[in-house]
Amino acid sequence: MVNVTINDKALQVPEGTTILDAARQGHIDIPHLCYLKGINEIGACRVCVVEIDGLEKLVPSCNNMVEEGMVIHTNSPKVRQARRINIELLLSQHNARCAECVRSGNCELQTIANDLGVLDFPYHEDLPPFRWDMNFPLIRDAQKCIKCMRCIQICDKVQGMHVWDISRTGSRTTVDCAGNKTIREADCTVCGQCITHCPVGALRERDDTAKVMRALADRDKIVVASIAPAVRTSWGELLGLTHEEATAKKLAAALRQIGFNYVFDTDFSADLTIMEEGSEFIEKLKHADKEKFPMFTSCCPGWVRFVKMEFPELVPLLSSAKSPQQMFGAILKSWYAEILNVDPSRLYFVSFMPCTAKKYEAGVSVMNSSGTQDVDVVLTVRELDRLIRSEHIDLKSLEEEEFDQPLGTATGAGHIFGTTGGVMEAALRSAYFLVTGRNPDPDAFQDVRSYKGKWKESRFEIAGKTLNIAVAHGLGNIRKLCEAIRSGEVHYDFVEMMACPTGCAGGGGQPIQEGREMGEERGRILLDIDKKSDLRFSHENPSITACYKDYLGAPLGERSHHLLHTDQTRWEL
Amino acid sequence: MSRLSIITNNQAEATVESLYKDLERRIIASPPGLCPLDLASSFLKLCAAQTCGKCVPCRVGLPQMARLIEDILDGKGTLETIDVIERTAESIYYSADCAIGLEAANMVLKGVRGFRDDYIEHVTKGRCTFGLSQPVPCVSLCPAHVDIPGYIALVGAERYADAVRLIRKDNPFPVVCAMVCEHPCERRCRRNMIDDSVNIRGMKLYAVEHAGEVPVFREEKGEKPAPRTGKRVAVIGGGPSGITAAYYLALMGHSVEIFEQRKHLGGMLRYGIPAYRLPREALDAEIKTLLTAGDIKVHLETPAGGDSYPLAKLRNDFDAVYIAIGAHTDKSLRIEGEQAEGVVSAVEILRSIGDDEYPDLAGKNVIVVGGGNVAMDCARSALRLKAHVTLAYRRRKADMTALPEEVEATEMEGCEILELATPLTVEVNEAGRAQALWIQQQMIGNIKGGRPAPVPASVEPRRLPCDMIIVAVGQGIESRNFEKQGVAVQAGTIESMDSQEVAGMPGIFAGGDCVSGPATVIRAIAAGKVAAANIDEYLGFHHPIEMPVSVPDPVPYDGTPCGRVNMRERPVEERVNDFKKCECGMSHEEAMQESHRCLRCDHYGLGVFKGGRELKW
Repeated sequence: MVNVTINDKALQVPEGTTILDAARQGHIDIPHLCYLKGINEIGACRVCVVEIDGLEKLVPSCNNMVEEGMVIHTNSPKVRQARRINIELLLSQHNARCAECVRSGNCELQTIANDLGVLDFPYHEDLPPFRWDMNFPLIRDAQKCIKCMRCIQICDKVQGMHVWDISRTGSRTTVDCAGNKTIREADCTVCGQCITHCPVGALRERDDTAKVMRALADRDKIVVASIAPAVRTSWGELLGLTHEEATAKKLAAALRQIGFNYVFDTDFSADLTIMEEGSEFIEKLKHADKEKFPMFTSCCPGWVRFVKMEFPELVPLLSSAKSPQQMFGAILKSWYAEILNVDPSRLYFVSFMPCTAKKYEAGVSVMNSSGTQDVDVVLTVRELDRLIRSEHIDLKSLEEEEFDQPLGTATGAGHIFGTTGGVMEAALRSAYFLVTGRNPDPDAFQDVRSYKGKWKESRFEIAGKTLNIAVAHGLGNIRKLCEAIRSGEVHYDFVEMMACPTGCAGGGGQPIQEGREMGEERGRILLDIDKKSDLRFSHENPSITACYKDYLGAPLGERSHHLLHTDQTRWEL
Repeated sequence: MSRLSIITNNQAEATVESLYKDLERRIIASPPGLCPLDLASSFLKLCAAQTCGKCVPCRVGLPQMARLIEDILDGKGTLETIDVIERTAESIYYSADCAIGLEAANMVLKGVRGFRDDYIEHVTKGRCTFGLSQPVPCVSLCPAHVDIPGYIALVGAERYADAVRLIRKDNPFPVVCAMVCEHPCERRCRRNMIDDSVNIRGMKLYAVEHAGEVPVFREEKGEKPAPRTGKRVAVIGGGPSGITAAYYLALMGHSVEIFEQRKHLGGMLRYGIPAYRLPREALDAEIKTLLTAGDIKVHLETPAGGDSYPLAKLRNDFDAVYIAIGAHTDKSLRIEGEQAEGVVSAVEILRSIGDDEYPDLAGKNVIVVGGGNVAMDCARSALRLKAHVTLAYRRRKADMTALPEEVEATEMEGCEILELATPLTVEVNEAGRAQALWIQQQMIGNIKGGRPAPVPASVEPRRLPCDMIIVAVGQGIESRNFEKQGVAVQAGTIESMDSQEVAGMPGIFAGGDCVSGPATVIRAIAAGKVAAANIDEYLGFHHPIEMPVSVPDPVPYDGTPCGRVNMRERPVEERVNDFKKCECGMSHEEAMQESHRCLRCDHYGLGVFKGGRELKW
């Protein structure tokens, strides 16, 4: 233990503690901007500087360790001045028209500037040029970037994609796509992790809410909403609701108030995915001698983009099943259009997703199979929240409402799609049934769940056959697993991949909570919903049964093949 | 009012003077990789501040050019802007009244022509082609990219053996380099911004002097070479480059055979550098250690790559070949009488000293011709053999390519240096021996190719009586044999790519002095390292060489100015009598102070974010 004094308070902290963490343990808050624990400890913003007795110069508290006997001041005149001036200098190069920014109210720079009471400053506004392809799902506004470098670090250290790098030199140093590429050339998976770790509004998704508003205003359109599994875990986080209050049913009510004609559940099509993907896997196993393994899940578009760019030789191993979002669009505009007896082109499908890559996926034209655009617009949870806020809905008093039917019924298996291991667990539950004709214990496959390590491998017996499976989340881990598979170091039958750490719960389209990784917490909400569900097997979903009986026929049948599958090798990025 | 007054500096002027000094040091410490446009516009602002304001081109033109470059930097420029800048610079250059405007415009002109591509990149893409790829100046300027802040911190922590291990990750010759490295690492040391560069070579010397014996492998940690790959590599030449390649290749598990044509290993380390700079025992001990890195066989007095063992046969017998034959032939003066007895080449005399065959020069008059480090080595060796030594050089002392401290030491030891003295003829006596050197006095003239050229002065030639003339005007490479066997040779040097591969000859690599021309030890070592990595890949492997030790965390930054500890040599009257090492190491307190002068650019500045430490290669 080390003895230190911070602001006259004597503290004992373990050796190797940073000054910032030591202060925190003494309930002393040191403001900081660029720091991201374990990821970005580069002391770039110089906002977290403190004064140490005996040293003339201030020291950043985020990457300096306490030493025995250190006397530290976090609010000395020198510190106050430096902190304030550094914030003012950042503001001089920041487009601070906060009223026009998606991060207003959830911006670290704004918060600290407001806390410090920066009302005016003596510097010239000096905004860098801003050039960007505004049609790309991910947008970087150079005029808002504070060069904290977190995006570079997340992309390098966690996702291993190296999309971002420092660009230019001297006082014009900024962040841009590495190697002087454009974002379209940069091999970006659009996972959005850089967005959720940006402290300001420099990185955001392409805002598509205006398109939704236009559709809602169009009397000819039947506007349909569907919400993805992980959306229900997080949509109320920044709207003043507890997660117990922010239920999927309350969200359904809010969306109806906004004017959506029907509100459905993407977890229904997650169950549908399991029927198709599970059957595909069983078929593969039946002809194991002719097939190549593992089979990879294909529901995460960040992963699909990744594998097509980085490991093209593994693409044939992807399941041909479309993602739940794309299946939903296809079924909505075929079966459900028939039920409503309307032309599919009148249906306007808004997909609510915890994801930015889904915006890209919806735009892949070869995915369309209903004769029209299967998925019209994808909104992230952040855009969903903005939509709700723009309507000034009193959420506290809003009564819960049921989803519309039949596309609003889902099982626990569908719900857990939004967290790492969930797709695998759901698939194994139904695969067991498809092979043996009876249900396993729904909790039999929990071993696939893990937030730690490079990847999680498990082994299960189904009807005498041993299945080796693996689950990876986070592209950095995924790369390691792909390399191990390619080199023959490991062999699996079935592998689940999710591009974002912890899966969709930690997705790039989720609400942004500074300094907090919410993925595990949100994932547990889904596991809890599953646990409490009456139906926990995709094949027992009555809407799924009806869908096959009334429309599709059987999994992997003619119609399924046309609507719910895609030839992954047929299209490139 | 007094009629005249003396000039007294007021405080403001004195401050400005000190700021100029700060700025000079700052430019010295400028990191590599900066945007040239940004620098050009910054320089222009300084130039504009220097203008007296009398003449239009300078007063108005310089700030206008700065604005135009700024426009380009801000994404507001067009291709036309570049032309406007060029025309304006030309016009200022031609019409300015004095050097302030004229030279400022010249700088812009050089830039707009020298890095026009980057101007265009800024205009068309809004980007710069330059970037900071390696943020630690010393590491980036060391050809072998040795982890300098790392080993300095280890010296500061008194972990000398670990410092040696860390150096060996990138450079297997810490002892040799501690004594003779030309330390390009010190050139842009960020410490210059405060006071002066860190004495990096001195730190390394302290480490090797106090590390004791540091074996290649720590048995207690179970360290050993990578498992045998069964691949065989031939290395032609047992100098620093060849041994470096052999060392890393052996660590990677390959079997290496070194073919050395002379009696001992070491190449120029033995046959070029005298023992008073690099004691033989130290060199031998270091080479001996390196040969334990794995399966390395040494064939002494065995030339290879020529008629006795042609390249094609070598290529057949081995999986890969590294040519590192160095530069061991001498260049001549091409003057009359040069063939006479008593005229010897530097290579010749240093080679015999390398084999411990000392010529008898006692009481003789020796003239050394040349101004490089080799000339100093010859002069200082001759002084130790009790000769009267004069050194003749055709340019000025300031133009010598030898390290200034070497020149100074040579003079202090009693060598007279004749500047601007070009040899005309060698006067030969009846017995066919050289008895005098005739020299033509020169005058320094215009600068050509960055160096001032001497021109003959209008005075009569001078006669310098002598018993021996040592010609030290550069070395060449025995490349003809290789050229005959299909290796590309350009102006006498062997051509290889940045990867050290010889184009069109798969499996054959070349590096060191025979590719670069006579250069430094550390460049030869770097070439050996690069060759080892690429030979490993060529053989189908990827054996990483990893960090052997951890580096202590830096203490909070404190840049209190502090003088640099310089190296000292033994007293002249003592050291000129022997070939023992001249240089004295630092004391413990000096070494500790010097190690704490290191600004730890691996942690402070960009280093903490990117490129501060290369964990493996």
